[in-house]
Amino acid sequence: MMRIPCPHCGPRAQSEFIYERTVDSVVPLNAPPEEAMTKLFTRNNPRGVDDEVWRHTYGCRAWMIVTRHRVTNEISGCRAIGPEALP
Amino acid sequence: MSRYSAFSLLRGALTGQRHWQPAWRDPEPKSHYDIIIIGGGGHGLATAYYLAKVHGLKNIAVLEKGWIGGGNTGRNTTIVRSNYRLEPLHNLFEFGLKLWHGLSDELNYNVMFSPRGAMFLGHSDADMVKLAERGDAMRCDGIDADLLTRDQVAKLEPLLDMSRDARFPIQGGLIQRRGGTARHDAVAWGYARGADSLGVDIIQKCEVTGFVRDGDAVVGVETTRGRIGAGRVGICVAGNSGHVAGLAGLKLPIESQTLQAMVTEGVKPMINSVIMSQSLHCYISQSDKGGVVFGGDPDNWPSYAQRGHPMVMEGAVAQGLALVPALSRLRMVRTWSGVTDMSFDGAPIIGETPVRNLFLNGGWCYGGFKATPASGYTYAHTLATGKPHALNAPFSLDRFERGATIDETGSGPMPNSR
Repeated sequence: MMRIPCPHCGPRAQSEFIYERTVDSVVPLNAPPEEAMTKLFTRNNPRGVDDEVWRHTYGCRAWMIVTRHRVTNEISGCRAIGPEALP
Repeated sequence: MSRYSAFSLLRGALTGQRHWQPAWRDPEPKSHYDIIIIGGGGHGLATAYYLAKVHGLKNIAVLEKGWIGGGNTGRNTTIVRSNYRLEPLHNLFEFGLKLWHGLSDELNYNVMFSPRGAMFLGHSDADMVKLAERGDAMRCDGIDADLLTRDQVAKLEPLLDMSRDARFPIQGGLIQRRGGTARHDAVAWGYARGADSLGVDIIQKCEVTGFVRDGDAVVGVETTRGRIGAGRVGICVAGNSGHVAGLAGLKLPIESQTLQAMVTEGVKPMINSVIMSQSLHCYISQSDKGGVVFGGDPDNWPSYAQRGHPMVMEGAVAQGLALVPALSRLRMVRTWSGVTDMSFDGAPIIGETPVRNLFLNGGWCYGGFKATPASGYTYAHTLATGKPHALNAPFSLDRFERGATIDETGSGPMPNSR
């Protein structure tokens, strides 16, 4: 089991979290059909590091972006998503 | 290649069994092949075998980064069945099931196919309606399916918890009697031996690191053993499809996930068929050696690590124990996991890619082993002719943008919800 450093609650067991999708597959509300199709139906799926959207479902229930290595499971970053995290 | 037979075994007995030869060669890669298949698992080796056998092609290579059959072919639960509800799926798998029934003779290699029956359990009225509907759909296409009553299930599998207050009460089942299990290694080795004897070069420890392009076409591959030219290249690396297709700049409707399975110590026969529950997602069978093999859900997040997480295994074990309480007396001796290509509708992808001369066979989710012969046969047709086979045509890569998905579970484009 992985330990995910929730930006709100600190390090917690992975069993409290649910994986949703990757950042590259989040469909913007104004995406044209081509882009929406690509994002809905394809993934980069690298054998390496990717940015993933996880949710601390059995904790603070917040969404976050976890940067994780797909082979070693090493988590190199975890940042909050939400109004305060927007650029 | 010498034929295996009882007679050759007997003759060997008189000469100290010194007659055994390697079952396939270990050739150096040539500079060019008409067709290169990337991936020496069951599917890749079967593809090479049928290319040589059915299409008469000789100049073929199978490139394998590790050793043949060392990926998902050696990491599954060896279940063979064709009991799908949707027509394209059950037609493809049924074609494969028919090949399974003659495979040991075809390959002159005992793949230990054991048609002991593959049974789905029904736990509720809704389950039974779904199973009846599935059975009807199969029988419409001439595939065997029998709906079982609760008593019939209890008679077939006396160790199931049939009590009314069971954690997962059993109301009945749906059995495909021609389904069963096979020996995973033997399938890879049998196809390898067959393909090799027909002139196919099986090149192990040869990882593809890139594609050689000429305009919009692929004309070869870069490997850890040098550049190899090719007329056509077929990717056949389910589990790593995303990675290999990525080398050609393709983004696939596939997410790689880990799927775990486990086996107990060997005991006398206690599980007679293959017991599966799709409402729980648990499947239990007993190997010829006596070990009870079972597995459950994939780890529902992307991973290329060929090892799983205990919390998912715990879920599978809990389901297994609830269905067959006697399993609690057994020791688990081994667990393993494979990397599965989870596609976005739960069905495989076989056919052309947007890159000329590059073909793809992948996206088998957690059900590729049973398809090995059908996958190889139809993919060989596609690689030889450049066109889809009637059975793999519905599984083209562009079906997602056309809205023609083959979604058996009806759960939409979410690989982690299957």
